[in-house]
Amino acid sequence: MSDEQKNTAPGGQPRQRMLNFHILRYNPQDPESKPHMQSYQLEETEGMTLFLALSEIREHQDPTLQYDFVCRAGICGSCSMLINGRPGLACRTLTHEMDADITLAPLPVFELIGDLSVNTGKWMHGMSERLETWVHTKEEEINLSKAEARMDPELAEQIYELDRCVECGSCVAACGTAQMRKDFVGAVGMNKLARFRLDPRDVRTDADFYELVGDDNGVFGCMSLLACHDICPKELPLQSQIAFLRRKMATIGN
Amino acid sequence: MSSETLIIQAGLSERPRKSRWPAKLDILQSVSGLLLALFMWGHMFFVATILLGYDTMWEVSRFFEGYYIFGKSHPWIVSIVVACVAVIFIVHAAMAVRKFPSNYRQLKVFRAHAKSMRHGDTTLWIWQVYTGFAMFFMASAHLYQMMVWPQNIGPFGSGDRMWSDGLWPFYLVMLLAVELHGGIGLYRLAVKWCWPNVSRTFLKNLKWAITAFFLILGFATLAAYMKVGYEHRLHYGEPYTPIWAEPHHAAVEGVTK
Repeated sequence: MSDEQKNTAPGGQPRQRMLNFHILRYNPQDPESKPHMQSYQLEETEGMTLFLALSEIREHQDPTLQYDFVCRAGICGSCSMLINGRPGLACRTLTHEMDADITLAPLPVFELIGDLSVNTGKWMHGMSERLETWVHTKEEEINLSKAEARMDPELAEQIYELDRCVECGSCVAACGTAQMRKDFVGAVGMNKLARFRLDPRDVRTDADFYELVGDDNGVFGCMSLLACHDICPKELPLQSQIAFLRRKMATIGN
Repeated sequence: MSSETLIIQAGLSERPRKSRWPAKLDILQSVSGLLLALFMWGHMFFVATILLGYDTMWEVSRFFEGYYIFGKSHPWIVSIVVACVAVIFIVHAAMAVRKFPSNYRQLKVFRAHAKSMRHGDTTLWIWQVYTGFAMFFMASAHLYQMMVWPQNIGPFGSGDRMWSDGLWPFYLVMLLAVELHGGIGLYRLAVKWCWPNVSRTFLKNLKWAITAFFLILGFATLAAYMKVGYEHRLHYGEPYTPIWAEPHHAAVEGVTK
C-alpha cells in the first residue's frame, strides 16, 4: 500500500488523526468525586483548536465536562488551562501542532469550579483590590464635563501595550513562586502596576506603589524564573516590566 | 518588653508605612551573591595555578600571605580574607534561604510544577536550591578549614588534602555545586535586574559557556592536586618550598658569590 493510500479514507478523503484526550476530572462540590484522569477519543478536523475539541467532546460524548470559554478568539482569557502541563489558551491552541495524546488539567493556584473550569475572576478581583489597579486622581480634580487631558500617542501606545493583558491567569499558573506562596501578586499584578505607573493621570508616586508591592508577596518575592514571560498568550514584556518595577521599588527602599 | 517588640508582635509593624527592609534584603541577596560569584572566579584562577607548576602556585599562595610585601609569610592574612568571605557567605545564605520551599508540601508542589512545565529557568531554580543546600554544609566546612589552617595552602599542603586526607570526593561535589550555583545565580541576576539588557538566549548560552569553562578548569585542577598528593603521599605534611627560596640555597648562593 502506498503512503497516499494509507493516509486516505475509502471515499478518497484525507484520513484524519484520532486524538486521545486525557482530562483531569474532579468536582469539588461532590463529596464522592475524586481527582482522576478520563480519556476521550476524537477525530481531528481541519483547523481544530482545543476549544473546538472540548466542545465536540461535551456535545457528543460527555455533557458533564466543565470548562470555560467566552470569546473563542484569545481575547477574554477564560479558556486558560494546563495543556500538556503548561498553561495556555484552549481557543488559541491548534491540535495539528500537537501530538495525538493531549493532556488537559485545570490551572493551579485558582479556586477550582470543576474539571477544567477555575475561578480566575475571584483571584483577579482580589489582586485588583489589593493593588488598587485603577487610575488614582486627585479628588478635587474630578470634573466630568471637563475634556480629558491629551496624551502623547507614544505613551498611550506604551500603556496600551501593557493593557493588553486579558487576566487569563496563565502567568500565575506558570509561576513557581505562586505555587509555593499563595499571596504572591504574580506577573499580572506587577504588570498592572507598571501600567498605572506609566499613566500620567494616576497621581501615585513610587513610594505609594511601594506600599502595594514592596514586600516578598510583591515584587521582591519574584524569583525571576520568567515562565510568566515565556508562556504569556499575549506576549506581554513581563520580564522587563517586573525588572523595571523591581529597580524602582529597590530605589525607594534603599 | 519594648514597645517596638509589642508592635511587631501585634502584627502592626507595617502601619502606617510598609517596611523598607524587603528592598534592602533583596539588594543584599543580589550583591552578596554577585560578590561570592566573582570571588569564586578569582579563587578558581588562583588554585588553577598548580597547572602552571608548583612554583607558580606556591608564589600565588605566598602572595596572599603578604610574603612579597612583608618579606615573610603571614597566613593570618588569609584567615582574615576567608573570614570576610565567610561573612558574605552567611549573609547570602540567610537571604537566599527565604526563597527556599519552607515545608515538604511546597517542595512537592514546586517539583511537580517544574516537571510538568518543562521550563528551563524553572528547572534551573530547583538546581540552585539543591546546590545551595549542599553548600550550606560543604562551603562552611571548607571555609572553616581554610580559616583555621591557612598555612596548609600550597602545592603539597593542598595536594595532601586531596589525596592523603581523602578529601577529593568532597571537593569534586563542591566544585560541581559551586559552578552550577554560581553560573545559574549570575544568569538570574542579569535577568532579574534586566542588566545588561540583552536577550536571555544569549545570557543563557554565555552562562553555560562560563560554567563549562570553570568546570573543565576545575576538574583539571582537582586532578592535578590529586596527582601531586599521590606523588607526595610518603612525605605527607611536608610543605613545598621552591629550591630557590630555601634558606640554605640562598646561603649557598651567597657563599658562591
